[in-house]
Amino acid sequence: MSRISNTFKKLRGNGDKALIPYIMAGDPSLDATRRFVMDLEASGADIIELGVPFSDPLADGPVIQQAAERSLLNGTTLKKVLGLVKEIRRESEIPLVLMTYFNPVFKYGNERFIKDAVKAGVDGVIIPDLIPDEARDFIHLARESKLDTIFLLAPTSTQARINKVAKAATGFIYYVSITGITGAALTFGKQMKENINLLRSTTKKPVAAGFGISNPEDASMVSKLADGVIVGSAIVKLIAQGKGIKGFVKNLRKAV
Amino acid sequence: MPGKHTKAPDSKGHFGQYGGRFVPETLMPALIELEAAYKKYSKESGFLNELRALQKDFIGRPTPLYYARNLSARLGGPKIYLKREDLCHTGAHKINNAIAQALLAKRMGKTRIIAETGAGQHGVATATGAAHVGLECEIYMGSEDIRRQSLNVFRMRLLGAKVCRVDTGSRTLKDAINEALRDWTTNVNHTHYVMGTVFGPHPYPAMVRDFQSVIGAEARQQILKAENRLPDCLVACVGGGSNSIGLFHAFLKDNIKMVGVEAGGHGIRTGRHAARFAGGSLGIFQGCKSYLLQNRDGNVLGTHSVSAGLDYASIGPEHCYLRDLKKTEYTYATDREALRAFDLLSSTEGIIPALESAHAIAETVKLSSSMSSKSIIIVNLSGRGDKDVQEVAGIKGIEL
Repeated sequence: MSRISNTFKKLRGNGDKALIPYIMAGDPSLDATRRFVMDLEASGADIIELGVPFSDPLADGPVIQQAAERSLLNGTTLKKVLGLVKEIRRESEIPLVLMTYFNPVFKYGNERFIKDAVKAGVDGVIIPDLIPDEARDFIHLARESKLDTIFLLAPTSTQARINKVAKAATGFIYYVSITGITGAALTFGKQMKENINLLRSTTKKPVAAGFGISNPEDASMVSKLADGVIVGSAIVKLIAQGKGIKGFVKNLRKAV
Repeated sequence: MPGKHTKAPDSKGHFGQYGGRFVPETLMPALIELEAAYKKYSKESGFLNELRALQKDFIGRPTPLYYARNLSARLGGPKIYLKREDLCHTGAHKINNAIAQALLAKRMGKTRIIAETGAGQHGVATATGAAHVGLECEIYMGSEDIRRQSLNVFRMRLLGAKVCRVDTGSRTLKDAINEALRDWTTNVNHTHYVMGTVFGPHPYPAMVRDFQSVIGAEARQQILKAENRLPDCLVACVGGGSNSIGLFHAFLKDNIKMVGVEAGGHGIRTGRHAARFAGGSLGIFQGCKSYLLQNRDGNVLGTHSVSAGLDYASIGPEHCYLRDLKKTEYTYATDREALRAFDLLSSTEGIIPALESAHAIAETVKLSSSMSSKSIIIVNLSGRGDKDVQEVAGIKGIEL
């Protein structure tokens, strides 16, 4: 069983929910990212998403766009992020998920990427512009290497899309909590509850919700519906302002 | 619909290994809905009749196929015909697609349309379509393009559209597309995205091609009538590639030399260009797999062209496919060559071409030297140059 599945199993057993923070690798530096990962783990994160910067992040709002720009200016590449993961693995066993776009991975080479990622200690990948329909080969290779492929579902998803994505996803399913991009305002309502319930009636795989969850109140509400809560832009913003993240993440932990 | 000459793309939008759908899941239902609506209405007589009537009375189709006697004589080579898309309402071929998508959006019950624009021609065309069918309209445009195409910005506003300034990345067409896609992801329930070229996720490359293939269908009939034979060569500029595909498609079975002309900018070696085939490699960008100007880490490179409409890092997937099949070939013209062609056509024929189309004229100049006076070239004059006059004056150091 993968580190990610194991984590959800343990949490479910205790009636707990996963806190999944996201940070952009290389913002402000890869060494800082390594320290942030340790801070996040110490503050109660269960799984950590590491953003790999891409020049044209079309699913992201301004906060993560700007973090990607800064990181690219620092010379961050997919290869360097894999090196960072290798270093983190000397100190920590926390499940790590890379979140990036398909072109950097495609350019690196799908097969080579999957091999190198698993070797470095990556547990799963989230590639928002790679949908299961286009990912047959990628999924096949990832299964062979035991790398989790986390796919997204959205408020707009139809039953047919839910079936397809639920089948293709391993580790967990990423439920995009708003019709929009990262960092936009969360609208918490009946629809989200209905959508997640529909998803739950289709699959037993864990569901983590993200996009627009920016404070402990949001996180608390979402954690009542989903198995995990993903918080990205709010943390990336603190890092951009040069502020510490431990206090905020601890408050999220209490809320989830 | 024209454009049935080839079986590509397959049901998932693949042209061979190119194309497909690489978008956030949020957009998938909208793409599936659009594909179904397009399939339905492209066969429905009510839709087709309305489109045909607008093509005739609103756009001004068929556009003439004009024998450029003076240019042909000056170059001393083949007979050069110009397909006069510059005479379309709003000044370029872009309206062929924009008006059709606006009609489609209305029928799909959408209340708002959005679009990206580079040179501003697609933005103007979409704003025109929105005004005609009565839809709210927002156009995303890079701030660098807003600067060099200020006339078109004002035209869009006159037409009732909101122009959204994009200050991210290179502040040109690709960044405008990113923002338009972000808007669409947010407002997908009531908004239709009018993509302006044969790019992006399926069904856009095929749908836009079909809406533009009226260009080649007319040109084929017109040249047969004028010369009683098919041409030896077709030439068109290629940004995303909609005017070129529009011209080429009706001739795909005819074994004719077809040349797409990319933007060579300051030259390939300088890295300041938008010649995807000369300087790019296979990648995934803004919804599809195609040739892409990128660095070795898969990040998209900045591009340069004097022509905003060709200043784009990738190219329509069908072009890559046709190139692999050796049906089409691609070359580039530099800024300097395009500017010379801009002057040449203006002074010999009394036709000021768009800087985009001037790239096709530049290639025609090169081709002419090796072709006999018995041969025939059709050049797609995709747009008129009014929008570029101020920019060209600036380059020449003339203050207007």
